[in-house]
Amino acid sequence: MGMRYEVRLSGEGGQGLVLAGKILAEAAAIYDGKNATQSQSYGPEARGGASRSEVIISDEDIDYPKATNIDLLLALTQESSDKYSKDLKENGILLVDSEAVTKLPEGNFNVYKVPISEIARSKIGKVVVANIVALGIIAELSTIVSIDSLESAVLARVPKGTEELNLKAFRTGMEVAQELLK
Amino acid sequence: MQSNQKDKVQVITGNEACAEGALAAGLKFFAGYPITPSSEIAEILSLRLPRVDGRFIQMEDEIAAMGAIIGASLAGAKAMTATSGPGFSLKQENIGYAAMAEVPCVVVNVQRGGPSTGLPTLPAQGDVMQSRWGTHGDHPIIALAPHSVRETFELTIRAFNLSEMYRTPVILLMDEVIGHVNEKVILPGPDEYEIIQRKKPDVPPEEFLPYKHTESCVPPMVSFGEGYRYHVTGLCHDETGFPTNDPVEIDRLLRRLNGKIEVHRDEIIDVKEDFLDDAKIGIFAYGSTARSARRAMLLAREKGIKVGMLRPTVLWPFPEKFVRPMGETCSHVIVPEMNLGQMAHEVEWATCRNAEVVKINRVDGEPISPQQILDKILEVAS
Repeated sequence: MGMRYEVRLSGEGGQGLVLAGKILAEAAAIYDGKNATQSQSYGPEARGGASRSEVIISDEDIDYPKATNIDLLLALTQESSDKYSKDLKENGILLVDSEAVTKLPEGNFNVYKVPISEIARSKIGKVVVANIVALGIIAELSTIVSIDSLESAVLARVPKGTEELNLKAFRTGMEVAQELLK
Repeated sequence: MQSNQKDKVQVITGNEACAEGALAAGLKFFAGYPITPSSEIAEILSLRLPRVDGRFIQMEDEIAAMGAIIGASLAGAKAMTATSGPGFSLKQENIGYAAMAEVPCVVVNVQRGGPSTGLPTLPAQGDVMQSRWGTHGDHPIIALAPHSVRETFELTIRAFNLSEMYRTPVILLMDEVIGHVNEKVILPGPDEYEIIQRKKPDVPPEEFLPYKHTESCVPPMVSFGEGYRYHVTGLCHDETGFPTNDPVEIDRLLRRLNGKIEVHRDEIIDVKEDFLDDAKIGIFAYGSTARSARRAMLLAREKGIKVGMLRPTVLWPFPEKFVRPMGETCSHVIVPEMNLGQMAHEVEWATCRNAEVVKINRVDGEPISPQQILDKILEVAS
């Protein structure tokens, strides 16, 4: 079987994880010409509650659209890290918001600890763009989607008038990741 | 990929594809009451319908919404409603009315966990039998189950076509996974699908019999306001549409109503067959579960196990003529379902129990994974 890359973005309802997943899927499918699906699982609450958004990227048809053997996991809260890390594969990438996740899951993972929400707050001035900061970091940590494609997808999807803000968030995330990878 | 094709690539959900398919089929009237996980269909159509000279109404509840689409269809509009579990229960009485009065309409049910309010945001396939027998009395019904975003678009169009052709309610039985999954698609253009309109009478008003017993079992239909007057009722009626207690007329009516599906069964049913030619183990799967089944089948084939799969896109009428041969060629037929075995019973009788029917059931709000099906295949094969 061909290449299949699984990403799970987890946190709590209202953190924009569904949108981030959709952007990642669009970057892969529309701009990179791969196949991609995005799905989500959330509770009945509009905000709060553990929430996850999953993106599958493949060079062939995607049958099962849910993540079971995850290549990259983002956890923005302790609860989501505890609950959703069990499907992360060995040596998989674990990206956590270091302010929220203090207790890491057990396992042999490539762990990256970044104060994602704090960066969104202090460097961009708006905590709501933490999802886009995370996308910038993911773009660098995983080379599954091209940077250009992700930037195009971010710009096409975010609300009008917020393009510059989101682009700044995305690029800040990239810079943070580049430092980590040095 | 060519650039003109690239422009058409979209990443959209099953619910979005359903709304697009309905508009492509000529939808002009939607009435509904929002309910997770179907709400996006109503949301999109509330924006889009007014732009194509259509009407969108958010009703006070699901019962009224079902009544409204029946009225709209009698007036000549292609009409649809969309709901989920609890709302689908509420619609049942009026679905029976539409079946009895022979009013074409499409009812979308994006299945979530039940019974009752159950699991609003999580998938299930627990309404398969309700789609068939949710309303009382012997009645015709057609139910379609898409397994992808693209197929949701196609089957929504087909739902309208079948409802127009046979003057009967058609259920589009989605599930939360398909409703909410974002998937890469290129939707077909208008020259790539056929749109069918209800047949009009070729006689003047004074000779018109609204419920005439024709050979096809489907009488031509007029819209209110076209100069033909007739009576519409949920009571048993004769060819004029007025109530009757005459046993001969009642028997003719009930047999014709149900005959619509029986006479045209072969034109309605549709299955997708995969690797069944040499299969020793069969899988019968539908909706989103069929995606897991397909992956499990491919993984098993990599291990040299001869597994094949039958995927009906039409659940009702049941495609027994395609299921029966699986009983003869396979030792086992695996039926994975996000319910406690609603279709497995159908597979059991259709295969005449020649093959052992093995159920995989899940009712915990989680989809059935490919691994779960693969494990069962390995167990059965050993």
